[in-house]
Amino acid sequence: MNKPAMPNSFRTGPDEQGMFGIFGGRFVAETLMPLILDLEEQWNKAKTDPEFKAELQNLSTHYAGRPSKLYFAEGLTKHLREVSSAKGLGGGAKVYFKREDLNHTGSHKINNCLGQILLAKRMGKKRIIAETGAGQHGVASATVAARFGYPCVVYMGATDVARQSPNVFRMKLLGAEVRPVTAGHGTLKDAMNEALRDWVTNVEDTYYLIGTAAGPHPYPELVRDFQSVIGTEARSQILEQEGRLPDVIVAAVGGGSNAIGLFHPFLDDKDVRITGIEAGGRGLDGVEHCASMNAGKPGVLHGNRTYLLQNSDGQILDGHSISAGLDYPGVGPEHSWLRDSGRVQYEPILDDEALEAFQLTTRVEGIIPALESAHAIAHAMKIVPTMDKDQIVIVNLSGRGDKDVHTVANMLGMEI
Amino acid sequence: MTTRIDRRMAKLKAEGRPALVTYFMGGDPDYDTSLSIMKALPIAGADIIEMGMPFSDPMADGPAIQAAGLRALKGGQTLVKTLKLAADFRAGDNETPIVLMGYYNPIYIYGVDRFLTDAKASGIDGLIVVDLPPEMDEELCVPALKAGVNFIRLATPTTDDKRLPKVLENTSGFVYYVSMTGITGSALADTGKVAAAVNRIKGHTDLPVCVGFGVKTAEQARVIGANADGVVVGTAIVNAVANVLGPKGEKTADPAEAVATLVSGLAQGVRSARLAAAE
Repeated sequence: MNKPAMPNSFRTGPDEQGMFGIFGGRFVAETLMPLILDLEEQWNKAKTDPEFKAELQNLSTHYAGRPSKLYFAEGLTKHLREVSSAKGLGGGAKVYFKREDLNHTGSHKINNCLGQILLAKRMGKKRIIAETGAGQHGVASATVAARFGYPCVVYMGATDVARQSPNVFRMKLLGAEVRPVTAGHGTLKDAMNEALRDWVTNVEDTYYLIGTAAGPHPYPELVRDFQSVIGTEARSQILEQEGRLPDVIVAAVGGGSNAIGLFHPFLDDKDVRITGIEAGGRGLDGVEHCASMNAGKPGVLHGNRTYLLQNSDGQILDGHSISAGLDYPGVGPEHSWLRDSGRVQYEPILDDEALEAFQLTTRVEGIIPALESAHAIAHAMKIVPTMDKDQIVIVNLSGRGDKDVHTVANMLGMEI
Repeated sequence: MTTRIDRRMAKLKAEGRPALVTYFMGGDPDYDTSLSIMKALPIAGADIIEMGMPFSDPMADGPAIQAAGLRALKGGQTLVKTLKLAADFRAGDNETPIVLMGYYNPIYIYGVDRFLTDAKASGIDGLIVVDLPPEMDEELCVPALKAGVNFIRLATPTTDDKRLPKVLENTSGFVYYVSMTGITGSALADTGKVAAAVNRIKGHTDLPVCVGFGVKTAEQARVIGANADGVVVGTAIVNAVANVLGPKGEKTADPAEAVATLVSGLAQGVRSARLAAAE
């Protein structure tokens, strides 16, 4: 395949067909087609409507707690400078965290949910459905449904229901119905299949609140736009705090909504190196990872063409990651396009490396990061010691790690 | 260009009865059993065969067809073998139309051009690909039509009069009307509404209109067939296979025989459709 020509801007996608190069599109059953065309029309109206913007802005500020802080991670920076000195390099860039963990509900997911619930309201929908893996998006969806008085059904793989019981209980407290999905292998992709089956059945009144920047057009675009507040804030905050743009920005990529949210406003800043981190699990040699862009190939699933983990017959494989939020065999289509165009590098981080970053950040910063975010921090730990002291790295701290303490205890062989 | 589907539909029209379109899952529970099921279908009265191409993530299917697909995959079925099934069947039957039904990814990975060449060589007459709406016609629909393979589109209750021409534009063979908003195997919709929808579609096209999703019994086939040009039965057939499999997948009776018994009854249903309607 020829490498696509370098565009003048990396921020113009998708095209009218919902494509980012060969990726994206609208690969859905006919029953859903009129619905996503309607969603696209409503979204196009909403995004230029000052009233919509004002309402979202107001909720972001007073309900979600935006803007989130851009925090100079002094403890981690100091630690990594010591690592650099020990290697005889004498360097160590400054590390900043974009604190999405401080948002209401504890992660970046609320940004997207607030935007989409306002869309659902505009469209006169009566019922919200969502899929969730670790439960963060499920909790954020249940939260906005409670706030706006909608009944909410969250589909969650039976395997995930078992290993994320605190989040299941939170969703129930918020009034949502959690439906465990036993079809397939009972993980996030099966939950997404089940949500699509619900949507195809309840077309009249139901709004499907997709949790990541994937799915049929216009979801990848609208989720990205709702999450881009992360990068827009980070860009102006770093200019204010350091008087210049960062050298590197890093975010973890599962479906990729926190990453595209941070990356998108920086895509045309050509001196900013952008790195997305995939779940390397137990290593890319075997099947226990979720690195679709490093070890998968383009295919069609859940409404879009994108990099997927699949076998030679086009059957989708189940991924593995210590982090349930990265445990998805695909990725948002814009990431696939950014990968192929070369604008963004995607690299894997192993379970063990993420676990080490999780513990280190907790100890030297007093911040317990989500395991997803710990993947991005782990990458920073690799590159920061090799960089100069006057360089700057921004890591997206996409969520807090309270939800992960059981998993981590388990990995460390402790009972809690 | 006329295809086996066109010829079969014309013949049934002349006979004054609707087609019985039977869906089974290729490779369920294994290749050989599946081939014997396929061979049993026309003998039992099926007019058109739809063969499911198993996929790991069948978003538009209910639990029965999902499970059938997983059984087939577990039994080692691949798209290569599904095409071989068709070719093996063709060796003994050159008349009954075969339509492949499934999802796009396995075809995309196989390679569209290679797939169309091999499908044609295997005696495949038509394709139903659930996740390729008209907006994505350049992917497979247009190449298929060029290759002389029918591309059968699904029309649904959400396809309104404004959208219908777009859906019908590149459709050939027949139009598959999905009787309700939902997944395969759900309860049959109000048959009066289905009849009205079939008439609505017929106002836009000369193609035969077959109705599927939710038809399980001979009586339902008769009622739907009074108005439609064909009746599609899938979940009931897949269930007939599942019902003779034990907890470990072992056969407790002959699946082909179980399917034949069911299909004979359905065939009687469609054959009495117009008689009943004429009374």
